[in-house]
Amino acid sequence: MNRFLLPLGLFAALVLVLAIGVRRAPEKSVIQSVLLGKSAPDFVAPVLGSPDGARFEANSLRGRWYLLNVWGTWCAECRNEHATLLQIKATGKAPIVGLDWKDQPQDALSWLRQLGNPYEIVAEDRDGRIAINYGVYGAPETFLVDPQGIIAYKHVGAMTDEIWAQKFLARIEPTGARPSP
Amino acid sequence: MSNLRSLLLILLALGSAVVGAVDPEEMADPALQARYRALTHELRCMQCQNQSIADSPVGLAGDLRREVRELLQQGKTDDEIRGWMRERYGAFILFRPEFSPRNAWLWLLPGVLLLGGGLIGWRILRQRQALEPLDSDTPEDST
Repeated sequence: MNRFLLPLGLFAALVLVLAIGVRRAPEKSVIQSVLLGKSAPDFVAPVLGSPDGARFEANSLRGRWYLLNVWGTWCAECRNEHATLLQIKATGKAPIVGLDWKDQPQDALSWLRQLGNPYEIVAEDRDGRIAINYGVYGAPETFLVDPQGIIAYKHVGAMTDEIWAQKFLARIEPTGARPSP
Repeated sequence: MSNLRSLLLILLALGSAVVGAVDPEEMADPALQARYRALTHELRCMQCQNQSIADSPVGLAGDLRREVRELLQQGKTDDEIRGWMRERYGAFILFRPEFSPRNAWLWLLPGVLLLGGGLIGWRILRQRQALEPLDSDTPEDST
């Protein structure tokens, strides 16, 4: 009997390790950003729809919470999250800065005319360099930046009401309950 | 046999033609081009995840290849370029993972298993050696 104890113990340990792996699989399928807890990379970029070529500076936003939403008119999921972004704008809790990723300005402008504009300002990333500095690997992605300019959270995929309430608003306005990671 | 060989050659040629189409960029300096090819083959395409950025036709992979070229032209070392990528996309972008506290057990496990197996093997050998005098003591054959 005793000689079965060691293999049985090893088997139980293996089951435990695999069970933990399977339970954590959903969160592992999204690649965690290494930029969490770090300063949001500064950038200077052209402002969408400004004929005089005004330029936007990311570090002008220090001192308040804001969202940085990476989108493009070529991105189907961006259309799906658009209504939620408009709702977030209506709450007035935090301004949304758009980063129009690898897009044509005229396409982006007609998109905003048709669907409404949830953004305080839209920076153009025509050649994709800003997105790379943010470790963006798909659109849409939404970053939450705190008043010190630190990236507090990043959501990959379309923004939803639940994600906004549980992951973003819970960080902007903590109500005692810790936001889920 | 020669049929198989020519088939393989044709497939190989087709394969490299496709790869060439994905990344037509050539750097002027052959030494830089060699490093560029090596580096882009060991950086993961984050959108496709099972291809390197050298093999992937998606836009982001092309952008990352451009960054690699520019960093090479700026005189950055291979390690600096890998670090630059890791700062933005995490260790996941490196196909050749580095040793870190998080993955230490993965690196050390083969050594531990080898050591454990060696130890078990050594004990079995010792036990057999202990048995040997007994075995050689009974050479009587009934035939």
